[in-house]
Formats: sequence, structure tokens, C-alpha cells
Amino acid sequence: MIHTDIAIVGGGPAGLRAAIMAAESGAKVIIIDRNSQLGGQLIKQTHMFFGSQKQYASKRGIDIANILISELDKYKDNITVMLDSTVIGLYEDRVLTVDQGGKYIKIKPNTIIIATGASEKFQAFPNNDLPGIYGAGAVQTLMNVYGVAPGDSVFMVGAGNIGLIVSYQLMQAGIQVKGVICRGPKFGGYAVHASKLKRLGVPVMPSHKVVYAHGKDKLEKITLIKLDENKKEIPGTEFDIEVDVLCIATGLTPLAELLWQMGCEMKYISELSGHVPLRDKNLMTSLDGIYVAGDVAGIEEASSAMVEGALAGLCAAKAAGYIHPDYEALVEDCHKQLYDLRSGPEGEAIRKGLSKAELKEVGL
Amino acid sequence: MRIEQHPIITFNKGRKIQFTFDGKIYEGYEGEPIAAALHDAGIRVLGHSHRLGRPRGFYCAIGNCSSCLMVVDGKPNVRVCVEKLKEGMVVETQIGRGEIK
Repeated sequence: MIHTDIAIVGGGPAGLRAAIMAAESGAKVIIIDRNSQLGGQLIKQTHMFFGSQKQYASKRGIDIANILISELDKYKDNITVMLDSTVIGLYEDRVLTVDQGGKYIKIKPNTIIIATGASEKFQAFPNNDLPGIYGAGAVQTLMNVYGVAPGDSVFMVGAGNIGLIVSYQLMQAGIQVKGVICRGPKFGGYAVHASKLKRLGVPVMPSHKVVYAHGKDKLEKITLIKLDENKKEIPGTEFDIEVDVLCIATGLTPLAELLWQMGCEMKYISELSGHVPLRDKNLMTSLDGIYVAGDVAGIEEASSAMVEGALAGLCAAKAAGYIHPDYEALVEDCHKQLYDLRSGPEGEAIRKGLSKAELKEVGL
Repeated sequence: MRIEQHPIITFNKGRKIQFTFDGKIYEGYEGEPIAAALHDAGIRVLGHSHRLGRPRGFYCAIGNCSSCLMVVDGKPNVRVCVEKLKEGMVVETQIGRGEIK
């Protein structure tokens, strides 16, 4: 049994910032990640980030991952990194069990931060399981991390920021994108991303959906249909497009299995894209000493994940008995950064969702 | 197909190595996921659904969805989207749920 102050599950943007702030507070930290490298999904984000300077705005995700990893290095006396390690259990007595290439390891921390991120949603239509129909993140991993083209020509479902950005990245890699659709009458992503695609001649088509995928062993063709302003199908408007890759970018849902297993109070909140843990303003769940940060607490951007990570790191360290010398000021600053990131019309759904996820009874 | 030129990324590939898939020899780069090497070779069908045996490719490519389970070096249910390629690996199509030997 390994004893430590804080265990952090997930070494993405939230988990890394959490580790840095907890270690800076003086706590001993173990980060556990199932991948062979830290950085989570940042390692495939070749685009520049929005937000403010504090969240590394105008830097590329791949570079942010390296910045965070080198910051982590400053605290290597306090931080142990376990890679290729999957947390397989989180028990009532706060023992984490880890599988590390067939080796079974038990960890007993004082406090725990769950920063497991999210998984991609699926779309329902006949033959949606044909090889060639891939999540947008999968396409990014294949082409941006491993340098393999997902196919010859791609059609994108979903015109939020992920759909628009991945379409542009496909074009950058020399792969044809035949179009981008979304169900609603307006695309959801930033206009700047859609304009880049339009300039490259990629049609962005709101009010469409996929009704059928064709092919025997792999995707050959898709059938689309036009939708009216209420997202109802308009009969007789079907048409086919020949593609070998259909990329699904219709959102993510929290990877919250460990929180369920542990017995955290969970709630379905559509604005946060799935079942999320109730949490107090310092990101503690309904269970004392169990904190959350990043997409597992509700789907947002990597910038807010990093701020949530810092906040959870500071607060989990305090709960474990290590108070950062600037604790009050830093916590206040995190709250302010989160408030700013979630302000304006784009943050409306998130604000509404978060108001339903508040846990008022404990921790405050 | 490999992306040879990219405006932003330089790909750090491992050593070029050989492996077999269903008895035929293929090439890939050491340390990349098995699925990346197979995809490069034009192989899209990785796993099969248990009940109807429908062909499946990967979906998430990060080890979440289990759509890409294959037999690797005799071991069934290996997620080839995250399992790293090694010299001389024997990769096979998996039929059914696989058995623990």
C-alpha cells in the first residue's frame, strides 16, 4: 500500500494544474494516468487557445501540454507520476486500486482529485457502426499525434468548435473535407473558425442531419436530409455524399465511472452534457475530501479545466493539511478567472448548468 | 496513408519494424498504436460486434470504447488503438468474445 497526501486521477489540463498547485502548497502528490505521456487531450490540439493570458491563450494545445509538464518538473520532489496506469477501483475507505501493465497497486491518499475528462458521444442512424465513422477526437489523435490520415475524404457532423477546428486541421493535413453539418439553423462554434473553412471552400451547412450510412465493410457513402427550423426532417430533400470517413463531433460526456463507484451524489444536467457530481464552490463533491476538476465535472473548454484544476489542487491540499502561503488570494483569483471564462452569451448554458450542480450543504 | 508534410507538427516516429496481421507481413513504426499502423495499411476493420459479428473500426482511439478489440500475441480483447506496436507482433482478427488461456 502506497500512502500519499493527494492522488490525482488523470494527467490532462485539469490534473496537471491540480498537481502543480497542490505540490506548491507542500503536499505529496501522485498523478495516475492510463496513457504513456502526460497532457491528456492537449497533445492533439494543434490550434491556438482562446481565453486570457492566465490560461495560455494564443498558445497551441500541444505547447500548453509541454509548458505544464515542465512546470510539473519544478516540483519533482513532491510529485510522483504513474504512467500507463489505470485506476480500476475507488473504494469507500478511500483506497485506489491501480493496474500498471498487469501489476496491481493500492494507493491510500488523504484527499483525491478526479480529473478523468470525457468521452465522445455517438449519433443514432442506421449503420452508425461502420468502420470509417469516427469520433472527432479519434481523428485528431490519428492525424495529429501519429501522423496517419483517417481517409481520403471526410464529412463532419457537428459545427461546434470541435467540428469546425478538426475540419480545419484535416485540411491542414491535406485531407479533403466535403462539408460540415449541424442540426440547428445556426452553427454553434465561433464565427472565426467557420470563416476559415468557408475561405477554403468547405461548405458549412446548418439544418442537416445524417439519416443513413452506406457500405459493406467500411463507409462508402452517407445520406443527408434537410431539416426545418424546428429540426424536423423535410421529406424529399435527401441526398447522398460519397466519403470514406464520417467524423462525429457532436459533443462529449463526462467519464464519471469512478465517482459513481465511490458513491458521489450525481445528477443529470443536460447543459453540462451528462451525469455530473454535485460539488461545492471549491469543487469538493458530496464526499468529504473527494474533489473534481475539468470535463468530468461538466463539459467545458480546456481553459476552464486548467483553472478548475488549480482550484481543486489548492483546496485538496488545504484539506490534507497543506495551506499555500497565498491560499486566499489564489482561490479568489481562480473563482474570478472561472467567472470571466463563463461570462457573456457563450457561457449562458454553462452558468445555468452549474447552478443546478451546486452542493450547498457541505464543505463551505 | 501517412501525413508526410504538415504546417505545424513534426512527427517523431519510432524505428520502422515488421509485424503480421492475419498471417501477412506489414510495416509500422515501433511504439505507435497497432491501429495506426493498420490504418496506414488501409485496414479499417479491427473488431467485430459480439452478437451479430458486424465489422467495427475504432471510434474513440483513446481506449474508451472497446470497438477495436483484437488478438495480439495470442491474447484476446486487446484495444489496438492504445496497444503499442512492437517488432514481430502477431495481430489477428478476433471472432467472438475471446478466451483466457
